[in-house]
Amino acid sequence: MAAITPASVARAMRENRSFAVGAAITALVLLAAILSLVWTPYPIDQLSVADKLKGPSADHLLGTDHYGRDILSMLMIGARTSIAVALVAVGIGIVIGVPLGLLGAARGGWIDEGIMRFNDLVFAFPALLSAVMITAIFGPGAVNAIVAIGIFNIPVFARVARGGALAYKSREFVMAAQVAGKGRVRIIAEHILPNIANLLIVQGTIQFSLGILAEAGLSYVGLGAQPPVATWGRMLNEAQTMMAFAPQLALYPGLAIVATVMGLNLLGDGLRDILDPKLKRRVG
Amino acid sequence: MPLIAVNRLNLAIHDKPILKGVSFRISRGETLGLVGESGSGKSMTALAMMQLLPHGAEASGEIRFRKKDVLQMPERELCRMRGRRIGMVFQEPMTALNPVKTIGAQISESLIWHFRISRREALDRAGELMERVGLPVSRFPLERYPHQLSGGQRQRVVIAMAIACKPRLLIADEPTTALDVTIQAQILALIKEIVKKDDMSLLLISHDLAVVADMADRVAIMKDGEIVESGPTGSLFENLSHPYSRSLFEASNHVPQKRVRPVLSIARRRTEPLVKVEGLVRNYALPRRSLFKKPPVFTAVDRVSFNILPGQSLGLVGESGCGKSTLARAILGLEEPNGGSISVLGRDPFSVRGKEREEVHRSVQVVFQDPYGSFNPRHKIGRVVAEPLFLLRGEIDEGEKRRRVEQALSNVGLSPLDMEKYPHEFSGGQRQRIAIARALVTEPRLIVADEPVSALDVSIRAQILDLLADLRDKLGLAYLFISHDLSVVRAITDEVMVMSAGKIVEHGPTALVFDHPRHPYTRLLVSAAPDLKTAIKRRAKRERKAGVMVKEKTATGAGEEAGET
Amino acid sequence: MLAYVLKRSLSLFATLAVATAVVFVVLEVLPGDPAALMLGVEAREDTIAALHRQLGLDQPALSRYFTWLAGMITGDLGTSYTYSVPVSELVGERLAVTLPLALMALLLSVVIAFPVAVVAARNRGRAADTSIMALTQVGIAVPNFWFAILLVYVFAVALRLVPSGGFPGWSAGAGAAFQALILPAVALALPQASILARVLRSALVDTLHEDYIRTARAKGLTRHAALWRHAVRNALIPVLTILGLQFSFLIAGTIIIENVFYLPGIGRLVFQAITQRDLIVVKSVVVLLVASVVIVTFLVDIAYAAVDPRLRRR
Repeated sequence: MAAITPASVARAMRENRSFAVGAAITALVLLAAILSLVWTPYPIDQLSVADKLKGPSADHLLGTDHYGRDILSMLMIGARTSIAVALVAVGIGIVIGVPLGLLGAARGGWIDEGIMRFNDLVFAFPALLSAVMITAIFGPGAVNAIVAIGIFNIPVFARVARGGALAYKSREFVMAAQVAGKGRVRIIAEHILPNIANLLIVQGTIQFSLGILAEAGLSYVGLGAQPPVATWGRMLNEAQTMMAFAPQLALYPGLAIVATVMGLNLLGDGLRDILDPKLKRRVG
Repeated sequence: MPLIAVNRLNLAIHDKPILKGVSFRISRGETLGLVGESGSGKSMTALAMMQLLPHGAEASGEIRFRKKDVLQMPERELCRMRGRRIGMVFQEPMTALNPVKTIGAQISESLIWHFRISRREALDRAGELMERVGLPVSRFPLERYPHQLSGGQRQRVVIAMAIACKPRLLIADEPTTALDVTIQAQILALIKEIVKKDDMSLLLISHDLAVVADMADRVAIMKDGEIVESGPTGSLFENLSHPYSRSLFEASNHVPQKRVRPVLSIARRRTEPLVKVEGLVRNYALPRRSLFKKPPVFTAVDRVSFNILPGQSLGLVGESGCGKSTLARAILGLEEPNGGSISVLGRDPFSVRGKEREEVHRSVQVVFQDPYGSFNPRHKIGRVVAEPLFLLRGEIDEGEKRRRVEQALSNVGLSPLDMEKYPHEFSGGQRQRIAIARALVTEPRLIVADEPVSALDVSIRAQILDLLADLRDKLGLAYLFISHDLSVVRAITDEVMVMSAGKIVEHGPTALVFDHPRHPYTRLLVSAAPDLKTAIKRRAKRERKAGVMVKEKTATGAGEEAGET
Repeated sequence: MLAYVLKRSLSLFATLAVATAVVFVVLEVLPGDPAALMLGVEAREDTIAALHRQLGLDQPALSRYFTWLAGMITGDLGTSYTYSVPVSELVGERLAVTLPLALMALLLSVVIAFPVAVVAARNRGRAADTSIMALTQVGIAVPNFWFAILLVYVFAVALRLVPSGGFPGWSAGAGAAFQALILPAVALALPQASILARVLRSALVDTLHEDYIRTARAKGLTRHAALWRHAVRNALIPVLTILGLQFSFLIAGTIIIENVFYLPGIGRLVFQAITQRDLIVVKSVVVLLVASVVIVTFLVDIAYAAVDPRLRRR
């Protein structure tokens, strides 16, 4: 299995449909989010009641909401919020969880046992409950969502890293490295991490998509980023009150969430197939 | 009339041809041995007879069983045939049983399925079957789960399942390959006895010529999906005509060129040993039985003492779990002993530090069994082979490093160009050469070889043994050669140690120990090891007495029928 | 098996103790003075001092923690600051909505996922499988509250088949209450069922490759019989893991869904409590839900051992 090169990505795109579709959707959403940093069709912090609840037109591609804000612009900023929250939360999970899992696998004994019990404990706090507690003390905000989702990601990555490391720990090439006089940290860096990287990447895309869903849920109930920052979840919350006369408002943000999450899931599935050395061997 | 006749069987999986015109017959009460190396198609032949082929397989030809062609049978009829008329025993007893069902339920299942008898009655019969395969219900209740049994016991359960409905034909696909040699002997004896008593026919598939010669009335030798030669066991092996079967036969008996004078401890009392092991003990804590008691201790290595002299090839034989790998790990410095001492070149590998430690470690290197697990799949061969040079960091520059890797590769018969390739681009035998090159790169004095040829086909095995013998003579290496296979140990070692339950029970010059074993365990081990030559002699004698034709037919090409006429 | 259950119970109580301590530290120690937090910035000094005394905040933290624990064990969760009623009463009332909803959703998701997964696994690679898998791919991507909004729009606003929200109470009869809960249960269940179906299908497909399935087929069992007798129970092992994890998602989902349907459950209660800064209610609800997750994890562990005899001896 060679490294990931542009050529190998291009070949993967051709051979793996779910990877291609997932990568395309993810790229599109990312692009919209990044673009929103410098440009959106309309500013969203200016309300213009005169333009409220307009249908799709050349001016407003997706129409306007009940405050006259441009829906496409709101969606772009919502994408940015979602991605930022979910990405940082995945980062928290990886940065804390992976070393924990590796430590447990490498040392074993009571250290491993302690880390596992810690995992069990954190699993008892779903992101929503952590967010409820944090909000009760510090008030609502995007940081709450990041912390709450990030904490739950820690045991997820710890488990994946630990399981992967344990599977490789008893492999003969690790023993050969020990015979070559290499220390624990060096063996983890040279032999374990590169081999479990694919597991972590796949889990990363899964947690990313779960993070998007969680962020949407939190901001729907008002525990996420606050106005004037647009979030898909709050757009849905506001749309719900307008359901009887403007049901289309509930459509766009929901579709945005579904598309993004599906894109990431397809990407993850595709990556799993591409990065799995077992499948590789069977094909080649 | 034969019980089953396979005629010109062709098989392709996803259009890749696997079997080409395979033909053979098995008569009533007859045992046919199907021999071949991995990938020869012997297992696929068996699966085709059961019509349990993997997805995408397409078979043509004919498999005539009880006047019907198995290939044409509808699924419903096949289900009535499988288990009822043809029973099958698989290679891996550890995975062949359902882990979440009791053995009683699994044995009685086919009885209930085929004969529609009550559960109670089926369980009674299952109890009798357990008795039959040597697992008395008094000691092995039917409520046991597979994980509560050893590998050999599980294989007995699998056999009980296969013979539950008294099938006419039993197919055994490498039934003892995963088992230790003493267990293998017991299982083979059990199969032999059952087949004889019930007048069953047996198709025995194996890579091991000695096992087949011992068990089979007739033998068919397979290569690349074709049967190259077949005939009555004794006369076939005495008059092999196909070049492949001859080379297979020779490889099975292969002994690398012996050196003129073996290095024996007794003769060289004065020489300073490379490695000195004294009273070595290594314990493992077992899982706690109770929260309040200390966890029980398992002694993997129990007060072991021996020396390895420079240039000596020392064998270590024993069955799985006897502690031989733990001992190897201790000598490699991977596992600190709980008692006793190890000294390598006069120093204790666990207490030396810094440069001295590196010196000790670079003088002892290792070759493992698994040619697939030995290398990081993401590293190129150049990096793999250079890894032990970490022990010389700061002492040699990049140029010297490269020179050493090239030297090591050429020593094992590979080219420096291979440095740029990945492990998966090599075959099993080549990988084992790479593993040897990695061990050579630090110019060690001793190589610990842990079952280095066990995962290889016999012809490859012979080549690797030659290479090891050659390197020993050329570079003056010493080996600690660990194996469960007595013939391999006999071929390459000067002295041998026999290990059982953590203890060395016998130690002496190899030929002496194997020809005149003194310890009861060594005797058991030696008598259980199948021996090709004596098996053939016995078979041939019996055949001559019975007047079997010396050679039925020179069946060499594809499509020709190999069987009695 | 008994030893296994005892050992697991021990770790259950340990986890519960630590989890309650975490909740206590976050909600009572981190904020400094919870009384000041509850009353907000405009509150007068003496009001804060009075509440401080009323909550027993002058006691040391450790003794407060143990008093709280002892209270919970005896069913005394304190008195809600805003509602001025015992929290246990409040929570009990709300649980009568949340618990049936969560159970209905769980049941529904299992009932949907199981046959779907079996059909997909049996037809692996064929049209039935690919279309089921595509559908579940969408299913896991749909946020349950959005799905709920769509259901409300279709069945309540457009078709007027069911009420769009609210809860008549169990006193109005099981039929009416059930009607109010059916849409939320469906909204919760379908995404969950998608995940479950995917996991079960891939577990089944993996198990069907196992050697013991081949052994079963060699005995003469049909493909169908081998699947039901040998694959399903083994495939349940990974599914249990997911089921345990899903419970925590289900709790989060229930809390959110209650807001879509204006159901007077635990979720509504906790959000009202947050806006009113009623820390006593927040604390009780969070602990209750955390404990339920821990207990379900414990039950899943026990179920593991029931399914897999290899675990019992550990």
